[in-house]
Amino acid sequence: MSTVLVPREVSGGRPEDGHLEELRHDPIGLMRRVREECGDVGSFRLGDRRVVLLTGAGVNETFFRASEDELNQAEAYPFMTPIFGKGVVFDAPPERRAEMLHNQSLKDRYMRGHAQKIATEVEAMIGAWTAEGEIDLLDFFAELTIYTSSSCLIGKKFRDQLDGRFADLYHELERGTDAIAYVDPYAPIESFRRRDVARAGLVELVEQIMDARRTGPPATDKDRDLLDVLMSVPAEGGKPRFTPDEITGIFISMMFAGHHTTSGTAAWTLIELLRHPGVMRGVVGELDALHAENPEVSYQALREMPLLEAAIKEALRLHPPLILLMRVAKQPFDAGGYRIEPGTMVGTSPAVSNRLGSDFPSPDEFTPERYLDPRREDLENPWTWIPFGAGKHRCVGASFAVMQLKAIFSVLLRGYEFALAQPSETYRNDHSKMVVQLQQPCRATYRVREAR
Amino acid sequence: MKIVVDYDLCQGHAVCEAEAPAVFRVPKTGQVEVLQPSPLDDERKRVETAVKYCPTHALKIVED
Repeated sequence: MSTVLVPREVSGGRPEDGHLEELRHDPIGLMRRVREECGDVGSFRLGDRRVVLLTGAGVNETFFRASEDELNQAEAYPFMTPIFGKGVVFDAPPERRAEMLHNQSLKDRYMRGHAQKIATEVEAMIGAWTAEGEIDLLDFFAELTIYTSSSCLIGKKFRDQLDGRFADLYHELERGTDAIAYVDPYAPIESFRRRDVARAGLVELVEQIMDARRTGPPATDKDRDLLDVLMSVPAEGGKPRFTPDEITGIFISMMFAGHHTTSGTAAWTLIELLRHPGVMRGVVGELDALHAENPEVSYQALREMPLLEAAIKEALRLHPPLILLMRVAKQPFDAGGYRIEPGTMVGTSPAVSNRLGSDFPSPDEFTPERYLDPRREDLENPWTWIPFGAGKHRCVGASFAVMQLKAIFSVLLRGYEFALAQPSETYRNDHSKMVVQLQQPCRATYRVREAR
Repeated sequence: MKIVVDYDLCQGHAVCEAEAPAVFRVPKTGQVEVLQPSPLDDERKRVETAVKYCPTHALKIVED
């Protein structure tokens, strides 16, 4: 087929900055309108850069199967560079991903040990709870997932040297992802200023930990963690290979993909379960039955939680933590008969694809049954059920994330009952940053479960 | 049965190797190697578990 069609531009573009302001305030509304007006292939503008937006199974598959030489991922997220720091690549090419997987201990054989570590972290967080009380879902899950991800990815020793300050600074980093970065990642705006202050604060915390380790007893084989390993790498001339700034950057980047994503999904899973008491009853029954069989939060038990898993998947479908996945075309590229020129940004949207009525009947409803046999709508629609992306760049931490969420709820729902503390419709995401977070307040109450 | 791998999807998580080590091998860095492309029926249960839990859904069984 000859490719002569040029993607149409969606309405609403302003002469001075295209659709940048709309992307900063209502990105999902913008992307839905692209699909309504232009179909599977349409476009919008950020400043003078064009973004071609692909939605629908066929063009999504083209997007996700494209090689790195065709659609490049590393260049597509300019707002990450000031967060990770110079020299810490946003993303390794796919051929290096297997290596990252190994390094980041996300492989299956490490997963079994992670389950218990996560349960321990949840128990530590709720250890301070009284018989009843109230939490902010964003604050609670954001802090918890700092501890779980640092414990699993960097090591228990490092995690035990962290406190709430690390989580607070990390949150400021995540808030520093205004879409203005597509025009200027160093624009003089408040959230970028706070981002840079927060990053410097994190470097300081890590440097303090490093100083303490240098003067303290040497690491033993048993407690050696990734920080010990990085500190011991020598460069030529005997000086350490990595500075505190670089090590902090490595840790920030390792934790980034799994932090706000898991934290937000935990919160949304709980909110949706509380909005749907029938589903909650089923999930609690499933967990109680497993717990009666084996009180340990075991890896095998975590595999077998179909109702909780379906609820997590449905929370992910309705509230995907990443709403826009981006690449940059490196050569002339054909999608659905449309020609995309080199240098053009190309995106696909989990927020739009996950709610296509053709693939997901009653797309706006929370229906966990859609993942059970025989419907299995996630497997039936591998290119439009895309909370984790798909293909080569599919989230390498997806199974870690689902396992982590199951471990979190195994502990939380075993000990406590929860209730929404606000009107149901007031729980919503804040889309003013590229990193989506729950809008505060987002409070819930808890009460210890009565012994049965 | 025959095992089909979609190498655009495999990321080398090595779940399959844990489930059916006689059929799958995953190097330290890299994608799955299928040691037995047409395994005998006594491997069926293990292979089915490997396919079911493959985190990227990169494996398929095609019946002969």
